Formats: sequence, C-alpha cells, structure tokens
Amino acid sequence: MNFIQMIIPLNITKTISDWIYSIMPETAASYTIMVVIAVAYLLLFAVAGLYLVLLERKVAAWFQLRIGPNRVGPWGLLQTMADALKLVSKELTSTIKIDKFLYNLAPYFVIVAALMAMAVFPFSKQFQAFDINIGVFFLIAISSIGVIGILLAGWSSNNKYALIGAMRSGLQTISYELSVGLSILTMVLLTGSLQLSEIVEAQRTGGWLILQGHIPSVIAFMIFMIAGTAETNRAPFDLVEAESELGAGFHTEYSGMKFAYFFLAEFINMFIIASIAVVLFFGGWLSPFGITDNITWFPEVIWFIIKVAGLIFLMMWFRWTFPRLRVDQLLTLEWKYLLPLNLMNLMLMAIIIWLNWTI
Amino acid sequence: MSYFSDIYKGIKTLLTGMSVTGGYFIHARKGALTQEYPDNRETLKMFDRFRGEVVMPHTADNRHRCTGCQSCEIACPNGSIEIIWDRAVDPETGKKKKKIDKHIYHLSMCTMCGLCIEACPTDAIVWAQNFENSVYDRSKLTKILNQPGSSVLDGIED
Ligand code: SF4
Ligand code: SF4
Repeated sequence: MNFIQMIIPLNITKTISDWIYSIMPETAASYTIMVVIAVAYLLLFAVAGLYLVLLERKVAAWFQLRIGPNRVGPWGLLQTMADALKLVSKELTSTIKIDKFLYNLAPYFVIVAALMAMAVFPFSKQFQAFDINIGVFFLIAISSIGVIGILLAGWSSNNKYALIGAMRSGLQTISYELSVGLSILTMVLLTGSLQLSEIVEAQRTGGWLILQGHIPSVIAFMIFMIAGTAETNRAPFDLVEAESELGAGFHTEYSGMKFAYFFLAEFINMFIIASIAVVLFFGGWLSPFGITDNITWFPEVIWFIIKVAGLIFLMMWFRWTFPRLRVDQLLTLEWKYLLPLNLMNLMLMAIIIWLNWTI
Repeated sequence: MSYFSDIYKGIKTLLTGMSVTGGYFIHARKGALTQEYPDNRETLKMFDRFRGEVVMPHTADNRHRCTGCQSCEIACPNGSIEIIWDRAVDPETGKKKKKIDKHIYHLSMCTMCGLCIEACPTDAIVWAQNFENSVYDRSKLTKILNQPGSSVLDGIED
C-alpha cells in the first residue's frame, strides 16, 4: 500500500502534504501528491526555461552594446512567451527519408533527462521532490542520457550535418563526463555523502565547501564549470550546433515544438549544471554567513535562485567572450589538461583531508 | 615545465578576454549603440558620414555652385545623373556660356558610391543626412536638384 511512498519519499512543503492526507485515503493522497509535484515541476521547468532564454538574449545584447528584446511587454518580459506560442502553433514538418520512430522519440529523451535531473535538487529545506541517498550519482547517470537523445536525433534525421553534429556531441559528452564526474568526486571526498540534502547540511556549520576545501575546491570548481559548459553544448564548446559549419547541427531537421524541446533542454541543462555547482560549492539554499537563518518565514529558495543566476551569468559570460574550439583542441583540453589536473587535484584533496588541513 | 606555464598563460588570456567583455557589459546601459528608431524619430541624428541622398545646396538668394561641367554625369558608374544644359549670353562679356537647365538625379538608381561628389570640381553637390526615402510611386525618386529659377554663384568658374 505504501509502496509508492517507500521508493519516493515525497516531502514537498509539509503543510500541503499533511492537508492532502487529511482529506483523502492514503493511496489516493500519495498519487495526488505525485501529480501536484509533477505539475509544479513542469511549471517550474517551463518558466525557468523561457526566462533563461530571455535572460540569455538580454545578457547577450548587453555584452554587444545592444538593448535586446524590448517590445513585447514591459522591458520585453513577454518576448519568450510570444516565441513559445509561435513555436507551438507551427506545423511539425519532417523530411521523407527519416527514421520516423527514432526521430519522434529523440526530443523526449533530451527533455525527460533534463526534467529527471531537476527532481533531486534541494531548492530549499522543504522543496525537494526526490531525496535519494545517491543523489550525486543519480545526477551523473541522468545527465548522460540526454546525449542519447542527441545521437538519435542526428542519426534519424538522415542528414549529414545532423549526423556530424550528433557524433561530435557524443565525443564531447563522453570526454567531458569524466571531468564532471571527477570534480564532483573531489567534493564528495570532503562531505563523505552522496545525498544532496546532506551535502548542503554539511555546509551549515563549516562554511561553503569552496571555502572548506580551499585550493583543491577552487580548482575543482574551475574544472567543473569548464566541463559543465561543455556538457551543455554551449559556446565555446558548441561544435554540436556550430551554426557556421553545420546549419543547426543535430536539430537541423526539427521544427515547431520538437525544436523547442531541444532549445529548452539546452537552457534547463545550463540550470542543472549551475544548480549542481551551487549545491556542491556554494552551500545550496543556505544563506551567506547565516544572515537569514533566524528569520523563519524567509523562503530559502531565494538564495538558491540568486546563486544559480550568478553561475548562469558566468556561463553566459563565457559564451559571449570565447570563440569556438576546434575538435582537436576540444580533445586536447580534456585529455591533456583537465583530466590529469583533475586526478592530481583529487589526490591533493585526499591528502588535505587526511592531514586535516580543511578549514 | 612548459605544461604548467601553458596553463597559466591560457587562464591569463581567458581572463583578459573576459575582462574586456565584462567592461562592455557594465557600460552597456550608457553606451548602447541601438537606436530605437520610430520612438526617437524627433531626436535621432545621423552621423556625419552617413550617405542619404545627393543634394545641391542653395544659398538664400537661390544660387548654387554648379557650373554645368558634367563631371558628375561622367563619373557616375550607372548613369544616375543626367544634366540638361543650355547656353546663355553672359551680360558682362557678351560671350555665350554653358549653364545648367536641369540637374536630374535618379535616387532609385543611385548606389550611394559618392563618385559624383568626389568628381565635382566646385563642390556643388553634397550628401544629405535624411534616410526616410520610401515613396509610393517610383517616379517620385527622380529629382531635379537645382531649384527652379536658380543661377550659379558669381566667381565659381574661376
Ligand atoms: S553616388 Fe554614385 S551612383 Fe549615386 S549619383 Fe553619385 S556617382 Fe552616381
Ligand atoms: S554638380 Fe559639379 S560636377 Fe556636376 S555638373 Fe555641376 S559643377 Fe559639374
């Protein structure tokens, strides 16, 4: 009977769940809560995606001394809503010689992988849908599924540019997955836990992990941001899309809402990478110096959002500064620099913890 | 050891690049290059070197500097300028002298190359700064640059 509850410990705001349990039989209530959470996350997903697109366009404009979207709604705030409506109303076209099944399946792989990763983040003490004890491991596993969607999209489109883009994506993700994993592992050494909520709790007393682990933490953070940017296929690692070489890369043949899925997934992945970094390095939803710890009504999720926004801005800054890498440079960076440095860094972190040199 | 110095150099150059773009980002609000055109129609001023269309300035008493030498007509690579000229008797010397009747300029054909303005020996034609040149009828783009009844300024030909 309590089967669903056992595998998924749902604890979105206590008050709501208590209220639902009080008016319904137990099984029905747990299903209802699941639906509520699913809707909440889908909404979050859509809003976050759309507003990240808008933010990207605004930030890009400011980097290039332009103004950016400013016509639809005040300061252009409704611009991406209008774009989304346009994309929904577009016809879904496809070429004749596609592999229909895989072609239609690919966008869902990408978007579902992104959505699943969202579930484990502790946005605040209460607001975490899926708090498993192997959260970090789960994230690494899920983030590799997205690339299957990209490979499928490239393969089934029956288009040489799409296929080249997809193959590059496979190459890139397989390489940089290593660096992401190892830099996360460096931080896990420090916390001794894979559970995201516990990682956050570990930072309540000792300060943020980037300070606790000082030198190796900072190196791990830098490597994580580089590899994370590569994971999301954004410039300067956007060989996958490479407009000037491959048309639009793996999603060349997609239109309408299916294209929008790929597009949104890119921004959600950016959000995910920033969220992992916030949890692992910057104390998750904890306030800096505990300034709001005593204010009970203060929504801690605000701190989480602010930190994530800061890191996302950093990634946008990368994008609008650096030129795209060549494929060989991409591989040199990973295998000759990031990976050896990462291994050294892991050793350094182990030594520091062994000698108790953490702050 | 060049391995580590390469890393150091790489990080340094990347940070230099980021500081440049970061500077742009900070100053974006003040230094934005975008003109919100229909909104700022009243205040929008085109820059000096902007090429809108070729015009012939006239003085207050309706006199211009064109001698009718036809250099501009010859210089124009696509025949956008046609000069219809005439001869008139110079009252001082009593000799017959060339003068323009109509300086016809086809804005619809002009490529804004500026060769006519370069060629003019007396600087009779210049660039105007207007850019709202769209009209409903193509024939409106054929303009006569010299105003009716105008004449050449004294002393230009010397
Ligand atoms: S600007 Fe060039 S094309 Fe236009 S009238 Fe002068 S010479 Fe001809
Ligand atoms: S505009 Fe200048 S170049 Fe053309 S006919 Fe007149 S004086 Fe000669």
